[in-house]
Formats: sequence, C-alpha cells, structure tokens
Amino acid sequence: MAPRKTASTSSRKTAAKPAKKDFNGGIIADFSKEDDLKAYREMLLIRRFEEKAGQLYGMGFIGGFCHLYIGQEAVVVGMQLALKDGDQVITGYRDHGHMLACGMSPRGVMAELTGRRGGLSKGKGGSMHMFSKEKNFYGGHGIVGAQVSLGTGLAFANRYRGNDNVSLAYFGDGAANQGQVYESFNMAALWKLPVVYIIENNRYAMGTAVSRASAQTDFSQRGASFGIPGYQVDGMDVRAVKAAADEAVEHCRSGKGPIILEMLTYRYRGHSMSDPAKYRSKDEVQKMRSEHDPIEQVRARLLERKWASEDDLKQIDKEVRDIVADSADFAQSDPEPDASELYTDILL
Amino acid sequence: MPIEILMPALSPTMEEGTLSKWVKNEGDAVKSGDVIAEIETDKATMEVEAVDEGVIGKILIPAGSEGVKVNTPIAVLLQDGESADAMAAPKTAEKPAEAPKVEEAEKPTRQGSAAAPVPAAPKVEAAADPDIPAGTEMVMTTVREALRDAMAEEMRRDESVFVMGEEVAEYQGAYKITQGLLQEFGARRVIDTPITEHGFAGVGVGAAMTGLKPIVEFMTFNFAMQAIDQIINSAAKTLYMSGGQMGAPMVFRGPNGAAARVAAQHSQCYAAWYSQIPGLKVVMPYTAADAKGLLKAAIRDPNPVIFLENEILYGQSFEVPKMDDFVLPIGKARIHKKGNDATIVSFGIGMTYAVKAVAELEKEGIDVELIDLRTIRPMDIPTIVESVRKTGRLVTVEEGYPQSSVGTEIATRVMQQAFDYLDAPILTIAGKDVPMPYAANLEKLALPNVGEVVQAVKTVCYK
Ligand SMILES: Cc1ncc(C[n+]2csc(CCOP(=O)(O)OP(=O)(O)O)c2C)c(N)n1
Ligand SMILES: [Mg+2]
Repeated sequence: MAPRKTASTSSRKTAAKPAKKDFNGGIIADFSKEDDLKAYREMLLIRRFEEKAGQLYGMGFIGGFCHLYIGQEAVVVGMQLALKDGDQVITGYRDHGHMLACGMSPRGVMAELTGRRGGLSKGKGGSMHMFSKEKNFYGGHGIVGAQVSLGTGLAFANRYRGNDNVSLAYFGDGAANQGQVYESFNMAALWKLPVVYIIENNRYAMGTAVSRASAQTDFSQRGASFGIPGYQVDGMDVRAVKAAADEAVEHCRSGKGPIILEMLTYRYRGHSMSDPAKYRSKDEVQKMRSEHDPIEQVRARLLERKWASEDDLKQIDKEVRDIVADSADFAQSDPEPDASELYTDILL
Repeated sequence: MPIEILMPALSPTMEEGTLSKWVKNEGDAVKSGDVIAEIETDKATMEVEAVDEGVIGKILIPAGSEGVKVNTPIAVLLQDGESADAMAAPKTAEKPAEAPKVEEAEKPTRQGSAAAPVPAAPKVEAAADPDIPAGTEMVMTTVREALRDAMAEEMRRDESVFVMGEEVAEYQGAYKITQGLLQEFGARRVIDTPITEHGFAGVGVGAAMTGLKPIVEFMTFNFAMQAIDQIINSAAKTLYMSGGQMGAPMVFRGPNGAAARVAAQHSQCYAAWYSQIPGLKVVMPYTAADAKGLLKAAIRDPNPVIFLENEILYGQSFEVPKMDDFVLPIGKARIHKKGNDATIVSFGIGMTYAVKAVAELEKEGIDVELIDLRTIRPMDIPTIVESVRKTGRLVTVEEGYPQSSVGTEIATRVMQQAFDYLDAPILTIAGKDVPMPYAANLEKLALPNVGEVVQAVKTVCYK
C-alpha cells in the first residue's frame, strides 16, 4: 500500500523548526490508518526480530559482535516510507533493522547471524556485514564512519548516471566525529550529491555520552560550514521521521544537494551483547521506554482512533512472531557453509 | 662583475629544455622578478624571472634553441656602470667566490655525490633478559593485569607518560586494560577521546614531538588503519626527517589479530605490516611476564613502539616475577623450551598453537626447540640462527596472512645466514590467504591449527 502523502505544510514545519530535544516539540505528519498500521507492523518486526537475535546470542547460536536496534525502530521505518525504487541505503554495524526495513528476508538475515549457508552473505559476513544488491542495501560496515564516504559515493553514482535516485547514509553520534565524515560533507556539497545523512543520535557511542565526545552536540548543524542544511527530528515518533524524510528526500531528488537529519533516538540495550551499560541509569532507560517508545506510541494511537482493536493488534503480533520464529528455526537448522567456501568470493 | 644567467632547472627531473622565447633583449634593463625568457620543459612552458638587477649585455643562446642543458649560460647581465667589454671574464652568480676545495669524487652534483659504497646497516644488539634473583616470588597474573600494571608503574615513575584512546577512562577500557588508571591518575593523564583515530593518533605524535610520552590505545588495531598515516608518516619518520632533532617517544598499543567470530573487518594481524617500517619498533608478547616487561620497556623507549596485544590472550594467566622494576629488552627473542630435533619460531597468539604442538611432538619422541620471538622489529635473527645451527630444521607459526609474512621474512634471513645448516626446507604456518569469515566452521579453517604445526615439524624431520 502506498503511504499517503503528508500535508506538505505540516511536513515543512517539521523540517524548518527543529524538534526540541525533550522529544515533545517536534511537529509531525498526519498519518492515515494505513500508514500507522504499516509502521506498526514493520517496527514490531524489527523489535521481535532483535529480541530473538539477543536470545539466540545468549544460546550461543550467534557469535562475535551483535548490535541490537531495539528502541530506534521508528528511524529506519519512517525514513524508508519516503523512498522509491532504486534509492539506496547504507549503514554501520547496527544494521539488522535497516535490512528488514529494506525488505530483506528475515530468514536470510537471521541465518547470516548464525553463520549458515542460507545467510545473506552465505555465512561469511555475520551480523555487521550483510548486503543486498536486489534491495539496494549496501551494508553493513564495521569501521565507524566508513559508510559515510561510501554512501556519498552511492549518491555520486546517481549523479553520474543522471538518475533521480537518492542515497541514505546512516551513522551514529559517535561516528559523526570521524574525519572522513567532513571530507564527505565537503564533496557532497561541492558536487551537489543527492545524499541524506541520517545521524542516529542515540545519546551514546559505546559508553561515551554525546557531551563527553562532541564539542558541538547539535549534530544537525554539523554541515553548517559546508552550507548543508540540517534538522533535528524526534526519532522516536515515526510520523515526525516520515515528515522529515519526505522533505529531505525531495530536497535531494530535486538537485539541491545533500541534507542532514539528526534523529534524536535511544537504544534500549547495551552497545553490543557484551556491554553491561553501566554508564547510564536504569531509570533513564525505563523513562525512555515508558514515555517515548516508538511502537507503543503507534499502538496507543491505533487504539485511540479505533483504527484497530486489541484483537487486530494481537493478530499482527502473531503474524510477526511467526515470521520471526520461522527465521530462527531456519537459522538454527540451516547447515554451515561448505568448507570449499573458504576460498570463494575473494577475487573475480 | 658581469653575471652569467644559467639555464634553470624547472622541475625535479628536468635535465634540458627549449629556450623558446626571449622576453628581454640585449640592452634592456631588468629588475629582479622581471620575466626575461620562456622555457619549455617536457611538462610545461615556464617563465624565467631575473634574480639580479642589471642590463642584458649579451644573449648567448638564441630563442628557439632546443636541448639546452640545465646550467648552461644563456645570457650575461651587466651591472651598474659595466660595459659590454667587461664580459670577457663573466662571473657565475651561482658559484661562491671562495668555493672550498673538494675532491672531484666527493663534489656534490645535482644527482648527489658520485656513487659511494652503501654503508652496511648497523648491527643492533639487544641486551639479555635481566637475571631474576633466586627466591623471587612468582605471581600468577593475567596478561590483562600485567599490561595494566606496566602502565601504572611507568605512570608513577614518569609524569610525562599519559594514556589516551576510546573508552580508556570512564569505561575502564573496552577490554579493561586501563582498569583503575583514571582513579589513580585522574582525567589529565587518562584521557577519553572521541572516535577519531586519525586525529588522536596525530595529537599523540604531536605531543610526543615535544617530549611527552603518550600511550595511544587503539580499541583494536583494525581501527589503527584509520590512523596509519600518522603512525608511519609522522611517528616513524620524524626522527630521520629532523636529522635526529626530534622524534616520537610513544607507544601505540591495543588488541591485534583475530578475536572470535568478529569477521573480516575486525580480524587481522598487523605484525608483518608494521614490521616493514624503519623508524618503528614492533613488539608482540605472548606471556604475561613478557607483556609487562616489554610494555615497560616500550614506554621508556625513545622511539615509537607498536605494541600488539591479543584479546584472546588477555584472560590467560602466567607467572610474573614480583620485582620492583621488571623491564625486558626489546629486540631479544626468548627460548621458551630447549630442544634438539627441530626449531619452531612463533610469537603472540601463534605461541598457543606452537606450545601445544611441541607437547604433542614430545610424546612422539620429537624434541622441539621453541623460540618466542617477542619482538618483530628489530628481529632477533641471531637467536634463531643459533638454534637452526643445532637442529637444522625450522618451522614458523603465526596467525597473519601467509604472503610477505613474518615467517617468510624469517625464512629468507635464515636461508641467507644458515643455508649450510639446513637439513630441510623451512615451512611457514600462517592464517589462510582469505579475509576472516564469520561462520564458525570457516573461521576455524581460516586460522592455523595445532595439527598443521605438528605435521609441518614432522615434514621437516622427514618423519
Ligand atoms: C574506526 C572505528 N573505531 C572504533 C570502533 C569500535 N566501535 C564500534 S561501534 C563504536 C561506537 C559508535 O557509536 P555511534 O557512532 O554513536 O553508533 P551507535 O553504536 O550508537 O549506533 C565504537 C567505538 C570501530 N568499529 N571503528
Ligand atoms: Mg550512538
């Protein structure tokens, strides 16, 4: 179902007036019943998928680093609603949500997490490294900041080919300090490249709170010296994200060059599975969960507006759980890659 | 005295050019900075500016002349009051009035002095390990604690030592190597950085150039690739480029090599990479005692030292002598076990395979001498050669990629220095020639294993 176009005035306001950091001041797009149901289902899929991944990690099926996206679902789901065929997405290692939102198969993602042959990278990439040419998902990158230059390159290719596609380059508040980010900003502005830089400010880079690592914590203004416009967006409200996404994608598509969206968001879990997250209080996490949860917001709205009954939502929940359970079963029973795969895919 | 204007070199590689045009003619007055002629090189057409003031007395090379050699006189410049008659004995501006007499062979030319023989590289000799006094208490210590103790002891001893890196302070280290340092030394000396490796490595090198002694921690050495330009182009070369005036007395340290299941971008060994660079020292310890003694030495060393640790070894315990100041020599290998039938050389995590292989081989009656290289650069080849003279057989073991590896370097040097003592070709065991896969089964295949080491030793023993 095609998402309904939001009223342009309200979306414009979102972009022009930065949302306040308390997550309440953002102006939001009108969402139709269909929009809300779609967003609900997609965010729920990511949430349940990540919970399952966490479980499988605990059971030893998943190894290495595993970074969960729980809490940040509205960002990728809202952004994705603004894209059209051929638009590209690239991100870092906290990538499972992005892949599901891009329409990549839950089985393929989960089996990659368990390192099996049916995984999206045949088991060779793992949690941080998955790609899909078909879905225009360009990874899945383990080196903080590297995807920003790569995402700029995707936009360069669009300009070069003369199409009107846009690339979305997602990165964290920590990544936003890397040098290559600013080298990329400069080239993107200089060459008017159609790239939306989405800074997922979840307040921490591992154990470092934003204010301990960044001299300027308003990340939306990080492009100011290159003349790149930037906006702060309530990243816990999928409607605010969608409104800003429409604006930003249109800005790029119409040839005005790059744009920055700072998504004010929050990760509920530790940085990775091995992070005890002692650098923040349980209260802080609890407050965010109870007051700003992106899925609960939509759920409450659906019920309040009588767009869905408890039973309807239970049904969605069940369908989502079935998809996740199926992917987990597949990921546990699928065989490991054949030993001969050790030497494949190194050179053509 | 009239001044000869010479054909200038307009690029580092130019040997001759075309004098395409004279902008000034005989009799014209010129001031310094005036364009007097145009010259065409293989790359571009360049203007020639006058350096001195005067009047063009005579043009020696007409416009349009091709193949004019650099330094050929092209015109004569007359100075105030001089007439063209004075041109009989022109003076070349470039030539100093009283050039010191130099032997023809030593006279510097544009290409440098005439070929002198390349001097031999100086021999570096590392001291032996210090004696551990009889009765010294040995304390079981993890590599993690040993590294932390080394830094803490050196920071107590020398105020100019400080630690910087991602999560080293408040988080107590991503792998807990800096645990407690913030509490003891404060935020001035234990510094959390943003995730900006290239920048903070450069900041560290700059501070070191003034004589401070930074310990720059990389969360893992994979991320030091962001900073490798500052490590190699700045830290390693400053001493040489400054003619010995200043260098970078500092340590770059952190976990190196594969951990477990962290896939291609987070699993590589940089021992061979850094070992190529003159101006660096490269240390890669296996035991906790070596980790402690060598890290203390690295911090005191007046050079940049790359200190390669390993996440899997962090939690392993070894005996460490309880001494006030236990410092080991950089550049000295350690004989981990004496033996007579074959030599294994390994280092860092590679030693875990070697140690197990040696035990298995012992059961089969093969008595292996196991050398822990400890320092990759400068490399203690004499200790290896001495062992090979005894055993006649050599196997190297490491986790890094097989091409241009530390093992192939050892093999080359032993072949050159102990060829006559070898009874079998040297075998080098390394990681497979593939990026590190994620899948558990493929990861196992990509790493070396004990069986391969055992087999290699049997092969060189013809058993
Ligand atoms: C170049 C580099 N340095 C360090 C790391 C280790 N590391 C992985 S994630 C991370 C924190 C990044 O935080 P942020 O950009 O805010 O993203 P988030 O994890 O919050 O999504 C660090 C330091 C890395 N992967 N790459
Ligand atoms: Mg973050």
